[in-house]
Amino acid sequence: MKQLLSFIKKEFYQVFRDQKTLVMLFGMPIAQIILFGFALTNEIKNANIVVVDNAKDIASQQIINKIEGSKFFNVQKTLMNPAQIDAAFKTGKIKLAVVFPANFNTDLLHLNKTSLQVIADASDPNTATTLTSYITSIVNDYQSQLSQNSSLPYSIHPEVRMLYNPDLRGAPNFVPGVMAMVLLLVCVMMTSVSIVREKELGTMEILLVSPIKPVLIIIAKAIPYLLLSLVNLGAILLLSVYALDLPVKGSILLLVLESTLLIMTSLSLGLLISTITSSQQSAMFASMLGMMLPTMLLSGYLFPIENMPIVLQVISNIVPARWYYIIVKDIMLKGLGFSYIWKETTILIGMTLFFLLIALRNFKIRLE
Amino acid sequence: MDAITLNNITKTYNKGTVLAVDDVSFSVKKGEIFGLIGPDGAGKSSIFRMLTTLLLPDKGSATVGGFDIVKDYKTIRGILGYMPGRFSLYQDLTVEENLNFFATVFNTTIEENYELVKDIYVQIEPFKDRRAGKLSGGMKQKLALCCALIHKPEVLFLDEPTTGVDVVSRKEFWEMLKRLKQQGITILVSTSYMDEATLCDRIGLIINGRVLSIASPDDTIKAYPEKLYAVKSPNMFKLLNNLRSFEQTINCYTFGEYLHLSLKCSEEEVKKYLQEKEHDDFEFKTTSPTVEDCFIRLLKEQNERNGNKNE
Amino acid sequence: MNETVIKTNKLTKRFGDFVAVDEISFEVHKGEIFGFLGANGAGKTTAMRMLCGLSIPTSGEATVAGYDVFTQPEKIKENIGYMSQKFSLYEDLTVLENIQFYGGIYGLSDKEIKEKSDELTHKLGLHKEAKKLVRSLPLGWKQKLSFLVSIVHTPKIVFLDEPTGGVDPYMRREFWDLIYEGADKGITIFVTTHYLDEAEYCNRVTIMVDGKIEALDSPAGLRKKFGVATIDEVFYKLAREAKRSAD
Repeated sequence: MKQLLSFIKKEFYQVFRDQKTLVMLFGMPIAQIILFGFALTNEIKNANIVVVDNAKDIASQQIINKIEGSKFFNVQKTLMNPAQIDAAFKTGKIKLAVVFPANFNTDLLHLNKTSLQVIADASDPNTATTLTSYITSIVNDYQSQLSQNSSLPYSIHPEVRMLYNPDLRGAPNFVPGVMAMVLLLVCVMMTSVSIVREKELGTMEILLVSPIKPVLIIIAKAIPYLLLSLVNLGAILLLSVYALDLPVKGSILLLVLESTLLIMTSLSLGLLISTITSSQQSAMFASMLGMMLPTMLLSGYLFPIENMPIVLQVISNIVPARWYYIIVKDIMLKGLGFSYIWKETTILIGMTLFFLLIALRNFKIRLE
Repeated sequence: MDAITLNNITKTYNKGTVLAVDDVSFSVKKGEIFGLIGPDGAGKSSIFRMLTTLLLPDKGSATVGGFDIVKDYKTIRGILGYMPGRFSLYQDLTVEENLNFFATVFNTTIEENYELVKDIYVQIEPFKDRRAGKLSGGMKQKLALCCALIHKPEVLFLDEPTTGVDVVSRKEFWEMLKRLKQQGITILVSTSYMDEATLCDRIGLIINGRVLSIASPDDTIKAYPEKLYAVKSPNMFKLLNNLRSFEQTINCYTFGEYLHLSLKCSEEEVKKYLQEKEHDDFEFKTTSPTVEDCFIRLLKEQNERNGNKNE
Repeated sequence: MNETVIKTNKLTKRFGDFVAVDEISFEVHKGEIFGFLGANGAGKTTAMRMLCGLSIPTSGEATVAGYDVFTQPEKIKENIGYMSQKFSLYEDLTVLENIQFYGGIYGLSDKEIKEKSDELTHKLGLHKEAKKLVRSLPLGWKQKLSFLVSIVHTPKIVFLDEPTGGVDPYMRREFWDLIYEGADKGITIFVTTHYLDEAEYCNRVTIMVDGKIEALDSPAGLRKKFGVATIDEVFYKLAREAKRSAD
């Protein structure tokens, strides 16, 4: 026990004396949250939009009135052909266009359903999402008013088109994404680098010839980063709740437990990387390649998995962040309980055990 | 009882393509300082790593303190002290933190074995709050020795402990080793400094993975087959070139202020030759070989044999 | 013969309060093998860096190959060669590629580079290994090659920083044979070493202690002056009195 404590103490000394590590450990997540946070809280007022009313009937007029009544929009009513709309988007004059088809009201009355087009400039994804959701809710509002006064179910379908960035995702999703990335990165990279550094410096040789058990070395390496990651997790949650007004709808305890699980997955993965690499450089590279890229690209955090080619969809199944991302979204944003996420949790546990098993099998009691 | 034995130990790397240690056998008596003397890449570190249970031999067997290096590696790890070839302490921890850490790793405390490391530790104690990375070469080496000794090992393995350390620190270091020997600790040490060889009880000369001679420094020197001369003249470079091109020369090389020379002919003949070559003011005397002379002889033979193999 | 190629006068380098090199003055002549000894931290490397134009002195004067270390470091670099134990050759290039690279850096023509490559590989008996990666050569060969590469542009002076560390005694002597040959061609050799027997191979030796030059003479002169049998003992006597320990 004393051996373990002394080992952990040593790890902490080393972490706190290395400024670069500290910056990466705490600076990066905070910077990310703040950066994304600004993008998120950027409120939109008086956005220039264009309404192309090809129908000029009661229904279209009523909807346009509603849009004009909203403080978010600065409405310009003209008749434009698709090429002109396109040109207006390109010059950046308008952020959004709403296009009513010629027989809008007729379709609504006779077929009980109609549609209108909502086109947004998605090169600024946050603005685009916000604006389209405003329009959609206005249309939905009108639709429910209509249905209330009638026995027939009316349906107006807004066809949303995102220009320039069709894979756009909703902004609140970034917090779970950042959490997944930070935890993975910190744990995988820090553990693997800190073990490989001992190999490089030659201190591993002395540790190996000492009576200390290999499993103790592993535990002693894991615990400091587990603790530091929990601190990190706390910081991210505090920031997102208090600075970004993004409350945790579900159980915080559950969220912390699930996060601890991801930390363990990452630690075992870091361990695995450390057993197969022999220089800090290659350990860093393996962590980046093995963790950062898949986490960013294949977890569903930046790009929706449903839109990916089938091969990538299959590959995304082995990215731990994908499952964690679902778990965190369910707990934080939807407020769901464990019964909804047991499947993802099981997958993560399985992954952890798998990595740990291989890492322990690969951990050498000798040098080669 | 022998503290260390090696029987026909062979070690290869890269799937057998690189032969690092070639059928090596020797033994080290309890309480002895045994020196492995050889150049870089001779296989010294591989032998050390096998004996410290860090590497497995391809062939052969070995024991440390009577325990088998493969089967009983756990027991051996408890009784050995090891100072690897490069500085292997935590550069970002202080002197004291390093020592404390290694003491606990070896299940002991500084206080428990303070007597053993006292002599060495008092020299670095003034710097105990300094980070190990900021110490001088000599200080680092003393700290590393303290860390290797902290659990009172029976056998001490020191892999090139004095490489890159200045002459004063090297002398102090060897004095420390003598004191450790008096405490009954067996020491296996490797070095590429020939002058350190005479400080060992016995030495093994190792070249290209083979141990070519094992004896006490005195006996190693006695085994030198030829008579050795020391020659000096005001123009040393010319003297060297002339003597090298002399047919009767077996070996001629610089050695301190003299050239060392071994001959197939008599002393008189070479003196006559040098006079012909207009070296009028030369000094010529017989000299007793040193370990370095023995080593150079072996290395030259080895190089010539390899050269012939390549042709 | 007595042309002076290095001349320093009270050359000093301070790092804050710490005086690394303390008013050293000496002269080195053309074709001389000049040994620079000192314990770790005595100031050898700092002194050598100033002379190579890598570090600006705090005060004093120095000229190397006739150029001032304060104002003409670029000129100095054109006229010197440098070899250290750590930085020698690119391990992942072949013998030939290394020679070509350094030849190119020092502005040798293609023809000169080709001649030099043939000359060097034959001199070292490496013509069979010319296309092998330097990594695969034994240390002694690497160091010999490294020395020859450092004088590939026939500099006036070559600075050797512990060139024979870890090399076996036989190879060390072959290395020194090359040094002798270089000096015979008129290249001035400025060398630091840990092996004190090598000090005997130098024409003159300085011993630095605590940033100052404590002794400067031929090896025989030093032995006589201190009344001892070897340079080893001279060094030990001086270095033991050193106050400061290396950092």
